[in-house]
Amino acid sequence: MLTIENIETFYDKVKVLNGISFTVAEGKITAILGNNGAGKSTTLNTILGLIDDQPEKGTILYQGLPIEGRETHRIISLGIGYVPEGREVFEELTVKENLLVGAYQRRDKRAVKEDLERILTWFPALKDRIGQMAGKLSGGEQQMLAIGRALMNKPDLLILDEPSLGLSPRLVTEIFGIIKEINKQGITILLVEQNARMAFQVADEVYIMENGRFVRNGPAVELESDEDVREFYLGIKENESIKGYQRYKRKRTWR
Amino acid sequence: MKLKRGYFEDIRIFRNRASRFWTFLFILVLALLPFFIKAYYLSVINLMALNVIVALGLNVLVGNTGQISLGHAGFVAIGAYSGALLMQLGLPFVPALLLAALLTALIGAFLGIPSLRLEGPYLSIVTLGFGLAVMVIIGRMDVFGGRTGMSVPKLKLGWTGLPYDTALYYVFTITTVVLVIITIILLKSRIGRAFQAIRDSDIAASVIGINVSHYKTFSFAISAFYAGIAGCLWGLYLQFVTPGTFSFMMSIIFLATIVLGGLGSVTGSVLGAIVMTYLGLQLENIVGVPVLGDVIVAFSDSLMNTSGIANIKWVLTGLILIGVILFEPMGLNGLWLRVKRYWRLWPF
Repeated sequence: MLTIENIETFYDKVKVLNGISFTVAEGKITAILGNNGAGKSTTLNTILGLIDDQPEKGTILYQGLPIEGRETHRIISLGIGYVPEGREVFEELTVKENLLVGAYQRRDKRAVKEDLERILTWFPALKDRIGQMAGKLSGGEQQMLAIGRALMNKPDLLILDEPSLGLSPRLVTEIFGIIKEINKQGITILLVEQNARMAFQVADEVYIMENGRFVRNGPAVELESDEDVREFYLGIKENESIKGYQRYKRKRTWR
Repeated sequence: MKLKRGYFEDIRIFRNRASRFWTFLFILVLALLPFFIKAYYLSVINLMALNVIVALGLNVLVGNTGQISLGHAGFVAIGAYSGALLMQLGLPFVPALLLAALLTALIGAFLGIPSLRLEGPYLSIVTLGFGLAVMVIIGRMDVFGGRTGMSVPKLKLGWTGLPYDTALYYVFTITTVVLVIITIILLKSRIGRAFQAIRDSDIAASVIGINVSHYKTFSFAISAFYAGIAGCLWGLYLQFVTPGTFSFMMSIIFLATIVLGGLGSVTGSVLGAIVMTYLGLQLENIVGVPVLGDVIVAFSDSLMNTSGIANIKWVLTGLILIGVILFEPMGLNGLWLRVKRYWRLWPF
């Protein structure tokens, strides 16, 4: 559905994405994992056209259509929903209004109303607070609202930037439950996460990113049993190392 | 403190019968005013009208779209000079006014392009530079009379049968009222709401599908359009324009006007411009106030240079602005809303 080939993104002269390629398969959940500063959000922002004049090199194909270098609103109109990092809800609008502005590009008013009802059934917490200012919601509710807003544009592909950011573990589980639910409705999902445990639980395909390139990728079940991934991302150590010697050695074999 | 119950309510122009009644009463008062007051006050009101127009445009840009401009005097200058030139070339008033405003809007759109990449302090520097550059460039051009300035032809308003001042008052007032109504409609429209979405979060605005670059440039163009109209009228008001009129201080005062009035509100622009113009004219007279005046003169003589007394105006303006920000952050509009809540349906 979404094919990224060899993209390079620069912030001024600093190369942040070092020729990354990946594909998001239709109907699946694809997750990009990585530490702070690995380039995960940059990858998404590059796809969405949120960084000026980027990518410098490479192609991004959405359903066979090249979208690199296009303006964000045009990319959105192709049926991509985006939930930005830090949620970015309109704080002075109510929950309902926030959801309705999500349908900004749609002209079919009646269907918008139906979709609003349908989306609210996925987020019972939002339904209770439909008339409240979005700025007064908790972090988890704002995250749900941001997801709901993106869904209002009827996307075929939903892209989420760190949905677990700043949420309590219980809320993280809830949000990921909802993401899985959305995926079951036939919406393809690409998400970026630091919370590896959660990402492995929901994702079908996982890419691991370090310093602007992918170091490992594969089906989630396969990667999850990988010894390195278990140690470095899930914090499970099978055999104790002596003064971190093994850790050093293994890390070196990554690239 | 908010009186709004929903944004859908905002789409209507008049909220209830009371507001319709007061609006029409106000317009009636404006229409009959010249027959009851002295010519001097008419010219004060004209100056207020000019400031209202610029404030409306600037508030769309700053208060509603969240961009900034420290160079609005530059737009006013462009409007004034191009309007004057077009009228000298023999173009009738209305086409000259619109053409001058459109030209200003075009230049505004060009200035809007850096706003796509720049934010906050950086954008203010660009616009500041623009405002200064316009003055210098105009001062160098012989078509515009260089630094001595150029005279603006008087309008042919004899057919109205009114004295020139009164007729000019009507031209200014009608333009202002029309622009106020256009602004209200604009802000309630899809365009106005896109502006506000960009102000609140430009990332969110772009990911719900708003063409951010388009609307940011458009906002600059609209804002410049208003300034262009005000500029063209400003020329008529002064009958003679020099580059020095449209100084950097003017841009700052415009910005202060909308902050005083209340960012992002049409009522705020109007109230702010009226109060600011009045202060600008009246504060110089403070020297004449019995005790306070003497104190200020003594203060000025001991601490400032010989032109110090004129500067007192700016000192006091600054103090009043600080007071407003401290006690009423929503500006005069906040005050107005509070009064309005009390009198909401009176006398119905």
